Amino acid sequence: MSRQSVAKAHQKIQELSWEPAYHEPVSQYGTDYTFRKAQKKDPLKQVLRSYFPMQEEKDHRVYGASDGAIRGNMFRQVQERWLEWQKLFLSIIPLPEISAARAMPLLFRTVPNPELHNGQAIQMIDEVRHSTIQQNLKRLYMNNYIDPAGFNSSLRNFQSDYCGTIGRQFAEGFITGDAITAASIYLTIVAETAFTNTLFVAMPAEAAANGDYLLPTVFHSVQSDESRHISNGYATLLMALADEDNHQLLARDLRYAWWNNHRVVDAAIGTFIEYGTKDRRKDRESYAEMWRRWIYDDYYRSYLVPLEKYGLEIPHDLIEESWNQIWNKGYVHEVAQFFATGWLANYWRIDPMTDKDFEWFEYKYPGWYDKYGAWWENYNRLSMPNGHKPIVFEDVDYEYPHRCWTCMVPCLVREDMVMAKVDGQWRTYCHEMCKWTDETAFRPTYQGRQTPNMGKLIGHREWETLYHGWNWADVVSDMGFVRDDGKTMVAQPHLDLNPDKMWTLDHLRKCPPLASPNVLLNEMSDAERTAFAARYVKGGPAGRPAPADA
Amino acid sequence: MTTTQDSPKTERSVPKPVFTDAEAGAQVFPDSTLRHYNYYKPQKRKQSHYEDVTVDVQPDPRHYLSQGWLYGFSDGRGGYPLDWTALKAWGSDKPSPERGPGTGGLFVKDWPATGWHEFRDPNEEWELTLYRYNSNVVRQVTQNVEAAKQSKAFEQWNTNWVRFVEHHIGAWMHVDHGLGLYLYANANRRAPTNMHNNAISVNSMHRIRSAQDLALYNLTLSEEIEGFDGSAHLDTWNNDPAWQGVRDVAEQLTGIDDWCEAIFAANIVFEPLVGELFRSQLVQQAAPRNGDFVTPTVVGAAEYDFAERDLRYSTAMFELLTNDKEFADHNKAILSDWMANWTTKSLEAARKLQPLWSQPDAKPPRFEDGLDRVKNRFSGIVTSLGLEVPKELAQ
Repeated sequence: MSRQSVAKAHQKIQELSWEPAYHEPVSQYGTDYTFRKAQKKDPLKQVLRSYFPMQEEKDHRVYGASDGAIRGNMFRQVQERWLEWQKLFLSIIPLPEISAARAMPLLFRTVPNPELHNGQAIQMIDEVRHSTIQQNLKRLYMNNYIDPAGFNSSLRNFQSDYCGTIGRQFAEGFITGDAITAASIYLTIVAETAFTNTLFVAMPAEAAANGDYLLPTVFHSVQSDESRHISNGYATLLMALADEDNHQLLARDLRYAWWNNHRVVDAAIGTFIEYGTKDRRKDRESYAEMWRRWIYDDYYRSYLVPLEKYGLEIPHDLIEESWNQIWNKGYVHEVAQFFATGWLANYWRIDPMTDKDFEWFEYKYPGWYDKYGAWWENYNRLSMPNGHKPIVFEDVDYEYPHRCWTCMVPCLVREDMVMAKVDGQWRTYCHEMCKWTDETAFRPTYQGRQTPNMGKLIGHREWETLYHGWNWADVVSDMGFVRDDGKTMVAQPHLDLNPDKMWTLDHLRKCPPLASPNVLLNEMSDAERTAFAARYVKGGPAGRPAPADA
Repeated sequence: MTTTQDSPKTERSVPKPVFTDAEAGAQVFPDSTLRHYNYYKPQKRKQSHYEDVTVDVQPDPRHYLSQGWLYGFSDGRGGYPLDWTALKAWGSDKPSPERGPGTGGLFVKDWPATGWHEFRDPNEEWELTLYRYNSNVVRQVTQNVEAAKQSKAFEQWNTNWVRFVEHHIGAWMHVDHGLGLYLYANANRRAPTNMHNNAISVNSMHRIRSAQDLALYNLTLSEEIEGFDGSAHLDTWNNDPAWQGVRDVAEQLTGIDDWCEAIFAANIVFEPLVGELFRSQLVQQAAPRNGDFVTPTVVGAAEYDFAERDLRYSTAMFELLTNDKEFADHNKAILSDWMANWTTKSLEAARKLQPLWSQPDAKPPRFEDGLDRVKNRFSGIVTSLGLEVPKELAQ
């Protein structure tokens, strides 16, 4: 269709909507936002007559490339270090995608703009596309990559493992609680507009550098849909801003959504890009540099800041603090180190870092080696079973961290850990902001205002609680992270597939039992707990326990 | 003679290909040949492509979700509560495992834990299939209308038929649009498995696409037929007494809270009794007699969506529930109540449409004959589900 006919067609389909004359549609989701003064415009202007063939054409390109990759033996050139992390990433991402589809109905009754509903319905089916095309990519990896373990058990793993649980926030946050908080601010304004840049643009570039051109093929195709979703979010945000009563809630939700996305997405994608790559060219961008470009400049300065004049309270302090976490406090490095410490609870293999990696890290993050170098040398030394235990049980100057109750990433920047008794339970938080999210934001009142539709943090948020007191061999068996010989673990702290060099349940059987930090915290006396906290915040960096005289 | 010298070439900084031999089969080790998703049982002997990309993406605390749902509504409920429908599948009353300190994952060994997870969409819809199918439809519809324009086919239409199309074909677009968004798309948040919700979301797109097909067809007719009133459908939908019954039921359908009732009322009752009556027994019969070979191709696309795809997944979904090993009787009783209620409403709406049958110059088969046909078809659908034909059908 010509552009003119697209405009006419879009104008025509506006005739489709109608106000109910006899009965109201069902109202199943609540919001504390109001849309009394909202303007009603659909920025998307998408008509299905052109949408379906466009998507089909995109599919042709994706599946053509998939065939080409197999015929051209792409996997002979794929870096295992990279593909292993895809076992985690591709176990997580199909759920957030499909949850975004499920989130769209939350907006039908709460955002009174029939024009926008058309765009939301298209987003819904886009998200079905993303979820299934990503499941399909994983299936292709499983069939063609050397080690299918972890891909073949992917969704079981994701649903029972703590890493999956961290990632699951990036799905459940879209579909529950206040409809606008969830499906608009958290999903479209922050997750899609800010963080899909690193997820679907920066990360695929790194995949290509590691011999995998299928991830960019699929994810750039996915990202080409995101611009439409960003438009949906922007239109809703402008509608919300038109009503001053919403400004307080917008400020709350931007703070929560920004911080949670930073904690979760930067943890995962930062680790994949920095520790999953073999490309150590000095002029290739680090995650910090990518973040500065894609998130700080493109999102914060170009998208968010201009909205300030419309009354949007921008969380400038949190954006700067996120940068501070990444650049000064080594957030990504702390997370990667933790994943590697806890390799035995995972379902992928983590390659040790080499001198070449060290050199690159030191170049990109001056001072890196002094903090993390010795630990990674120990990781390398302890990677093959040789009479010792997995690194988490060995004396490598690393203290197993407590977990953040809100974002569920452990409290890795030790000095930022805070503690509170909430709902009758002592909880640790990785940062004051995560404490605020639990204590203040996700509550039925906010700054004296009734917020009856706000959601709740629920569930067994500390994974270790479930296995408190268990032998590690039983933990790994229970989760099913065992290969088909019944004893070799899916996870390994190296990439050697020689069965003689792989860790088995027999090795784990000899290890000390798993202890839940949160269970232990709640068993402490008040004095012990105070002493624990005082000591914990003096620990780090790189997981080092506080000095004895601290 | 002059010589040229290549200027020194600066090597670009690009990642270098590396031979890694990370190809399937390069080594033998535990799991090296286990190349299928091992966390679900296929419906048939072999795992299908559709199942691989669909099953278990939406988790269930009864299965592997050991830490439970993490975010809830203000009442503390998260995920996809089973009581969002009154129907039950076996295992529904069995509580989720109570996990806590030291319990481990308490993963269900004998899966599925509920009958809900037995459902598979017989259309096997995922992204590849849904875009392929709908692209074919919009291409074919566009080509049909274009060919009609080229051959001046609309000049054959008599005035009464032009009025019929502008008012009544146009009015149906509102049904498709309203249900597509506020019934089907809405329901894609409600069902307990990914297989249900994906099938429902595809159904939603069929209806929204069909609404747009009709709207854009209406736009073309406005451009091609002198005096064609492209906005007449609005007045018909808003004010024509013949359509107010359909509108009343359509609005009631969007007001249903129970997602199973919504799909059942729409796809098992309303569509066979009202949708097919309008499309197959009126439009498809009357159009050719009035010189119109184009409209049936547009409306026929929607008819195929329903008859061959949406009805197909719906019957598969409800057959499981009426044959459920634990709750068959419970489900049949509820479905029968729903059927009685929606049959009454749908037949009232259908009868109000009767004046349409007398409007074209060349008349379609009698309204009562058409109604008998759709009643017979409806009876067949209902019987195939193991339900009794409702006495309300005799109205």
